[in-house]
Amino acid sequence: MSKPHPLVTAMLYGLLTIGAVIALLPFVWVLLGAFKSQAEIMAAPGAWLPRNFTNLANFLTLFTERMFGRYMANSLLVSAATVITNVLFATMAGYALAKLEFPGHKLVFGCVLAAMMVPYVALFVPQFVIIVQMGLVNTLTAVVLPIAVMPIGVFIMRQFADSVPDELLEAARLDGAGEFTIFFRIFLPLVGPAIATVAIITFLNSWNYFLWSLIVAQNQETYTLPVGLAVASQGARSTEYGLLLAGAIVVLMPVLILFLFLQKYFVQGIAGTGIK
Amino acid sequence: MQQPSRWRATTAWLFVVPFMTIFVVFTAVSAMLALIYSFTDVGVADIRRPLEVDFVWLQTFTRVLTNPGFLKSVWTTALFVVIGVPLTMAIGLALAIGLNSGITKLRAVYRAAFYLPFITNIVAAAVIWQYAFTLSGPVNSFLASLGTAGPNWLGDPRMAMPTVIMLAVWRNVGTCMVLFLAGLQSIPLDVYEAARIDGATAWRRFTAITLPLLKPATLLVTVLMTVSFMNIFDEPYLLTKGGPLSSTKSVALWVYEQFGQGNIAPAMAGSYVMLAIVVILGVLQLRLLRVR
Repeated sequence: MSKPHPLVTAMLYGLLTIGAVIALLPFVWVLLGAFKSQAEIMAAPGAWLPRNFTNLANFLTLFTERMFGRYMANSLLVSAATVITNVLFATMAGYALAKLEFPGHKLVFGCVLAAMMVPYVALFVPQFVIIVQMGLVNTLTAVVLPIAVMPIGVFIMRQFADSVPDELLEAARLDGAGEFTIFFRIFLPLVGPAIATVAIITFLNSWNYFLWSLIVAQNQETYTLPVGLAVASQGARSTEYGLLLAGAIVVLMPVLILFLFLQKYFVQGIAGTGIK
Repeated sequence: MQQPSRWRATTAWLFVVPFMTIFVVFTAVSAMLALIYSFTDVGVADIRRPLEVDFVWLQTFTRVLTNPGFLKSVWTTALFVVIGVPLTMAIGLALAIGLNSGITKLRAVYRAAFYLPFITNIVAAAVIWQYAFTLSGPVNSFLASLGTAGPNWLGDPRMAMPTVIMLAVWRNVGTCMVLFLAGLQSIPLDVYEAARIDGATAWRRFTAITLPLLKPATLLVTVLMTVSFMNIFDEPYLLTKGGPLSSTKSVALWVYEQFGQGNIAPAMAGSYVMLAIVVILGVLQLRLLRVR
């Protein structure tokens, strides 16, 4: 394309910059409050910079008095478990759907699509009833179970598996390799990037998972970080903005760090499928 | 091995069993359960004995469909969709076009910035917004420095809805942008070149080339955003708990509240009404966008 008019270019940069400022504004706001004491915020709620950025009292209070260490451990445990189960089971299912002909594969794929489309609002109440029947209320297992194999992961793995040439697998079969050997020794090493994408999407989903954790893990011992923060923000001390904003930073940090290093996979994951 | 293809089919089923188990229990059975329970009077006391409920058939549905609170939440959700979806899509499209228009400097920075809200934890974002939009918070003190008094963003029934929608738009724009950008990048550049040689204006090129060729992406984004805004829960729950005066109470929030009060059957019936609307709208959208 030929170069656009300088005025057009200037307008484009203007548009994009305004967009970027709006997108980033909350990250500025959070820095304004998280390092301030309650007294400092009450004195001037709208004031800009904190007196100093080294005032870590809010963070200390969160971890020593407000059980944020526990919430953090719970969140990490839930995320680690979901990433492991999703990567393993989604890879297996995606591979089966793309590379193994079997009766019923259309049905299974239909289930994958259906699971992606059913609105969650229609499911959380009966899911809770089922969890009660299983006797798992207020356990982290209950938080993990419904998202142990997310359809989005199966979908992504199936797309990637499709691009692995059939000849490779056939050759191994002719050499007498069993189906499991083919999967673990030949297929798995070829789909590293897809596994990274699924792992990241799963981590993101489970780390940010809110409504279900809120419903199923109702005692403080089993709160995940988002639930702990939400409960704190709605309790009697809901105006302790310094503490809450520090909590927000604690919740945001792990994902931000991952995003900085692995941006490519994040964008791939969403662009390749179009679904969260 | 005598029958390799049969063994292969067995392996395949072994491989899909974990997914299918979770799907059957937490999606298929759950959806059936919700439908069946919608026709009963199941309450919180019955959760532990789910087989001993009384069927009241359409009574629960009639109760829900004549409940003013529910009808108001349907109206509120419709507002969320009608305002939120086009707004999010328009901003997402504008940003995608901006990124795709041949600028080279800072492109990766802009893209990362637009994408950041999407990965931001919604609870953290809501806490930040709550602080920013308090009566004397950063937003209003900024407005004051410009010489205008800011409104009571989250406490005024007329302002709460726009504030909640702003958070939802902020959170969803990145998704739209990424998907539109992928769509834009799939349009071959020589089509534009040919149109330019034929003397087509920039606006004409946009309406005659970009928009039609962007249809698949638009379809996907429309469906995704509609579903996302119809299910809206996190933003109003976290910012306003549905208030003030129920002005931001979406259907999902109504369902959650009924569930919290132990009215299990109305909660399920309400969610099924919602599901029906989602399905009908989804089919309609697919039809409309395909036929044209």
